[in-house]
Amino acid sequence: MEQREKYVLWFQECDLSSVPLVGGKCASLGELLKAQIPVPPGFAVTTETYNRFIEENGIDEEINRLLKPVRPEDTASGEMASRAIRLLIESKPISIELEDYIGEFYRLLSNRCQVPAAPVAVRSSATAEDLPGASFAGQQDTFLWVRGVDGILHHIRKCWSSLFTARAIAYRKKMGFEDTAVSISVGIQKMVNAFTAGVMFTLNPANGDRSTIVIDANWGFGESVVSGLCTPDNFQVNKVTLEIAKRTISAKECFFTTNFETQCVEQHECPPERACNQCIIDEEAIELARIGKLIEAHYGKPMDIEWAIDKDLPAGGRVLILQSRPETVWSGRKCEPVCPPKSSVMDHILAGLLAGKKVR
Amino acid sequence: MGDQKFPSPHEIETIPGTEGWERMYPYHYLFSTEDKERKTYEENMFWFNDGLHYPEPMYPFDIIWDEAWFLALSQFNTRIFMVPPAMGVDHRIINGNIYITPVPVSDPNEIQARIPLFMERAGYYFEHWDELHDNWEKKMREIINELKELKIKLLPEMEELAVVTKGLGTSSGYELLANYDKLIDLGIRCWQYHFEFLNLGYAAYVTFVDFCTRVFPDIPLQKVTQMVGGINVIIYQPDEELKKLAKLAVETGVADQILGGGTIDNVTRQLESSESGRTWLKAWDGAKDPWFYISTGTGWYHHDSSWNDDLNIPLNSIRLYIEKLKQGHGIDRPLAKIQEERERLVKEYRALLQTEEDRMTFDQLHSTSKLVFPYVENHLFFVEHWFHSIFWNKLREVSAIMKDHGFLNDIEDIWYLKRSEIKDALWDLVTGWATGSKAYGPLYWPKEIEWRKGVYQKFKEWTPPPAVGKPPETITEPFTIVLWGITNESMSAWAKLRDIGDPDKVTEITGFAGSPGVVEGIARVCRSVKEIDQLQDGEILVAPTTSPSWAPAFQKIKACVTDVGGIMCHAAIVCREYGVPAIVGTGQGTSIIKTGMYIKVDGSTGKVNIKR
Repeated sequence: MEQREKYVLWFQECDLSSVPLVGGKCASLGELLKAQIPVPPGFAVTTETYNRFIEENGIDEEINRLLKPVRPEDTASGEMASRAIRLLIESKPISIELEDYIGEFYRLLSNRCQVPAAPVAVRSSATAEDLPGASFAGQQDTFLWVRGVDGILHHIRKCWSSLFTARAIAYRKKMGFEDTAVSISVGIQKMVNAFTAGVMFTLNPANGDRSTIVIDANWGFGESVVSGLCTPDNFQVNKVTLEIAKRTISAKECFFTTNFETQCVEQHECPPERACNQCIIDEEAIELARIGKLIEAHYGKPMDIEWAIDKDLPAGGRVLILQSRPETVWSGRKCEPVCPPKSSVMDHILAGLLAGKKVR
Repeated sequence: MGDQKFPSPHEIETIPGTEGWERMYPYHYLFSTEDKERKTYEENMFWFNDGLHYPEPMYPFDIIWDEAWFLALSQFNTRIFMVPPAMGVDHRIINGNIYITPVPVSDPNEIQARIPLFMERAGYYFEHWDELHDNWEKKMREIINELKELKIKLLPEMEELAVVTKGLGTSSGYELLANYDKLIDLGIRCWQYHFEFLNLGYAAYVTFVDFCTRVFPDIPLQKVTQMVGGINVIIYQPDEELKKLAKLAVETGVADQILGGGTIDNVTRQLESSESGRTWLKAWDGAKDPWFYISTGTGWYHHDSSWNDDLNIPLNSIRLYIEKLKQGHGIDRPLAKIQEERERLVKEYRALLQTEEDRMTFDQLHSTSKLVFPYVENHLFFVEHWFHSIFWNKLREVSAIMKDHGFLNDIEDIWYLKRSEIKDALWDLVTGWATGSKAYGPLYWPKEIEWRKGVYQKFKEWTPPPAVGKPPETITEPFTIVLWGITNESMSAWAKLRDIGDPDKVTEITGFAGSPGVVEGIARVCRSVKEIDQLQDGEILVAPTTSPSWAPAFQKIKACVTDVGGIMCHAAIVCREYGVPAIVGTGQGTSIIKTGMYIKVDGSTGKVNIKR
């Protein structure tokens, strides 16, 4: 194994077999890329990096010492240990060699995004055995709009130290897991700079038709669509043929975008000359639907997907998938045959004739 | 259709200046208030204008095919296959426009009683489809032969001596009457065969459509049709023949002579002088029967001439193909691709079904529709093209005799007479000939025809209401479901267009999404197939309708827009094959779009935008 592959891995180099090295989140991003589903680009800082960091700084003894007095029923003792350990981890240096691996990958990522120091999200990616459910760690330990190597190294340590939140310590105590045996990976992922964004269903939410993909889209970040703050453009794409069957262009009153000074996402009113323009071109809608089809095939069920079209990435690779979850409304219904089975075609024809065709 | 209200059929007023028009058509086609029972029946039925078959008002003679299908379709439902809930389709005429209504079986007990009969009879046809279909084709070939052999002979001053020596016992006058009757009889019989399979074909197709739209409410009709449509159907053969001839011309080195040779007569003269030229001419002559009997229209009207009527049409088309070949393009239909796309469509839609039961139903209905649908496409060549093309010309021979005897000023005047009137006129003519006295016809018909031409012109300028009477809740007659589905949608789109008024200001027109894709480009309006040689590469063809004889045009164009036609019309089918967007049934495309206009065609939504 090449040395750097021990410490940093592009998402596209990860798959389910690399969970112990890159954690569940990064592994699943790798799986999506393998299925040709474009997620925002980035890389994983592996559990090995964390282990070596602990080793180089010689702090595992210290951590063990601080964990000793923790009693599962005594929350205060857990919180005290957590504060001390996290401070310890966050205050220790990362060695030049590790910094070089991470810094080089960050530089390559920035290059690809065609910006000097790409804003990234830094988030922890837990390996399966140490934390119950990915959502546990994920929520607290995501740092958005981080820029520059120093900022990244700083937030990586914050993610590492999140192994020792009071909750995590208590959980391991309860389950009898060895604290020093656990490790953590960190994902560094490009912040999406959405030109347009929205949601996509791989069925028609209005009638449950599984041969239709429905896309809602607005300028800027997807918040305006997800929150229902604006009436988005709506596209119906035939899932089988990937043709646009229907497009409804709406007056899109507002949109969300980044303020480059504050690095915050802000709501803006949409200038009238832009509000009624179709916000994604037909080719993008078709590309989205094509990807929607891949996602559905990947998960084996109709999906509800958040997507964005990135301003920074090179043409042809701008469509990005941010989140996919199973569609619940129609998929949750009991699956019944549309038409009772019959032994012969004649029976079907007869039934059809007797029912007739409604004309009003 | 919603809350749409339609006028009572008895409210429609006669157009001023056409009073007395009723005598141009069969008396039983008229709406009437004289009898209370008939009036009530007419008021309570839902009559819709059959604009799909008849984009123009009826000529008194051309109504023969309407009468023919009035009988044929109806009898197969009502008396032969015993379709449980549906009897025939009744017909009426208003100001020269045909209105039709499906007649349901209203007594539930009768419906029940018809079920086992239908299952047995229709079931037999589905089970023995191929065998019965072979038999059908044999009957069709026989009847076309009979038609070809029918001789319409001039009336001699004196009969041949042979009439005496052979003891014939009949005269040419009698023969003319008898052969006219036979001509009409062959036409009516041919239309009996026309419907032998059509109702059942539609029933199976409609059942499949219905199932697909229940499982996939968004599925375009286009796709359902694509899943069952024939690939190597006979209706494509005329065009295939042209391609073969184009290739042969290139292979034998006569391509340049054909390209620069002018009219067909000149080309023939030139080619006769060389061995390779004669080889090509032999192949050309061999293709004429039956393939050049393809009509340049739908075949429903007498003015829909065939390639054999004007051989320059296929010749010009061959030139288009030769040019393509010379530029190094392939001209073959991408059969493998079409086949593959169809299979992919079936496979993917099937895979989206959620239950095993639905997959089973899908398979049953799909395989049956695929079995029967080629008939729906193929019968057109036998009846509307091959038979009709010969038939119209036979009648022109009758007309020539009538013209000779001063009954008509022009051969093309005969279409203003009903078929029963022609028979009467022939009696007048023949008895005059026999007696040696003056027939009355020359005093009567030319004047009457002048008047009828004026009436017809006024009919043409009139806009028929899309429907009259009371719409029912449901329609059970399979043929009507297809026809009305298409008619209704286009009618409401056309009505919207009429509301806009000024055709010079319209920026958007709507039709059926015939073939998907979006393109922009320059429009070229071709009102008949004779104008397709003006098409430039990459233009958008705008035409009243197209037929297989237009096929070569599709090699050049970027998109196609037609006035008439539904999802199964020629333009839609061919454009889907070539992957060219098409919008069909726009109603007024050719009257609004002008050659040279820049238009955008969206074949997925059915909208044409005109850049003004």
